[in-house]
Amino acid sequence: MDHETREARTTFGTSHQMSQPTAELLRQLVAHLRQNRTQLREEWARRITEAKLLTAMTKEEIFAEATSVYDNYVEALETGTFEALQAYARNLSERIIPRGVETHEVVGIVLLLRDVLARSLFAKYQNDFALLNRILDAYEPAANRIANTVAVGFVQERERVIREQQEAIRVLSTPVLQVRERLLILPIIGVIDPQRARQLTEQLLRGIRTNRAKVVVIDITGVPVMDANVANNLVQTVEATRLLGATVIITGLSPEIAQTLVTIGVDLGKMNTVGDLQGGIEEAERLLGYKVVPLAETSELRT
Amino acid sequence: MEVPILKQGPYLIASIQSALSDADLVQLRDALVEQVGRLRSRGVIVDVTALDVMDSFATRTLRDITFMIRLRGAETVIVGIQPDVAFTMVQLGLKLEGVPTALDLEEGIAFLREKAAGPNKEANPRGR
Repeated sequence: MDHETREARTTFGTSHQMSQPTAELLRQLVAHLRQNRTQLREEWARRITEAKLLTAMTKEEIFAEATSVYDNYVEALETGTFEALQAYARNLSERIIPRGVETHEVVGIVLLLRDVLARSLFAKYQNDFALLNRILDAYEPAANRIANTVAVGFVQERERVIREQQEAIRVLSTPVLQVRERLLILPIIGVIDPQRARQLTEQLLRGIRTNRAKVVVIDITGVPVMDANVANNLVQTVEATRLLGATVIITGLSPEIAQTLVTIGVDLGKMNTVGDLQGGIEEAERLLGYKVVPLAETSELRT
Repeated sequence: MEVPILKQGPYLIASIQSALSDADLVQLRDALVEQVGRLRSRGVIVDVTALDVMDSFATRTLRDITFMIRLRGAETVIVGIQPDVAFTMVQLGLKLEGVPTALDLEEGIAFLREKAAGPNKEANPRGR
């Protein structure tokens, strides 16, 4: 039926003169939505549960959110301004994103509301086809804009959260630590993207300067995957470090990464690699001229 | 601008103070290669701490200096490359291969001393 009405509108709709201005029609529409608030809201909440959307939330929560979304929706229709709705959408997103609500769910519920309201309009104006067409003419663009606003608000909020988290990871995950005089370690945890590789390198180079380091152990046990780009970034880091007069020892190359690197043919020949972090630190100590011996042995040496 | 070359014991120290034109670099190269023999120096330190740009010609000239001086029987070390400069150089593919580098003047002198101490002791790893 939905489909047929639409077709009818496209054929007849244009021939109808707008006898009543859109504003007046919208007023009528808003009054209708206000009148049937309880019933439509319930219908909407029911449809949401039926469609298995917002599964992360309880029934009561869905109903409460549905109420405020409904009211905001009607208000946006009435005033024709979207700032309040935008703010509300952002606020809503902020609350529901941490609970794992997905983009398709948010878009889904707004579209459901649009359908529920359109159905109620069909039911109300089914006897006056021309008026229904004009009401829909007024309703649809506004409804589409609302759907758009909410969806965009949600996605923007999500992106903001992602950016914030990326930043947090970036700040947290690249410590340059001094283990011994002139010996730094750089444990890398997580995925290395070009941006992070750049930041890592800059931080390391600065650390070498300030700590007057001679040897750096880069531990990549915590790096899950490595492709040609990451490997090249690593090679660049090593080369830049050498220009500052320090030596790099890479430790913790997993069997998978070793295989990948050989397969894609990255030239790691100039790199110092040692199996694990302990071995790396021992090698570094050797380069620096340290020798670690148990206390007992040193007393033996003295006597 | 001409780069002053200072004699410090058995070493020559060339401290670059400002951005150099290509001609200045060539002049520095010729002066170092000439003086290293005349003053019977065992090592040369080129200090680039003040440089905030290093282009391909400068890089190549530094490499040439190193190799020429090696042929003259002395060792060269480049000291004081800034972190930002190092990063940019690597991105441009200017790697100074075969040229020893050190953090600063002090490190450079230590490196030359180690190198002079004899080939039996394993040389400093930086000089690869």
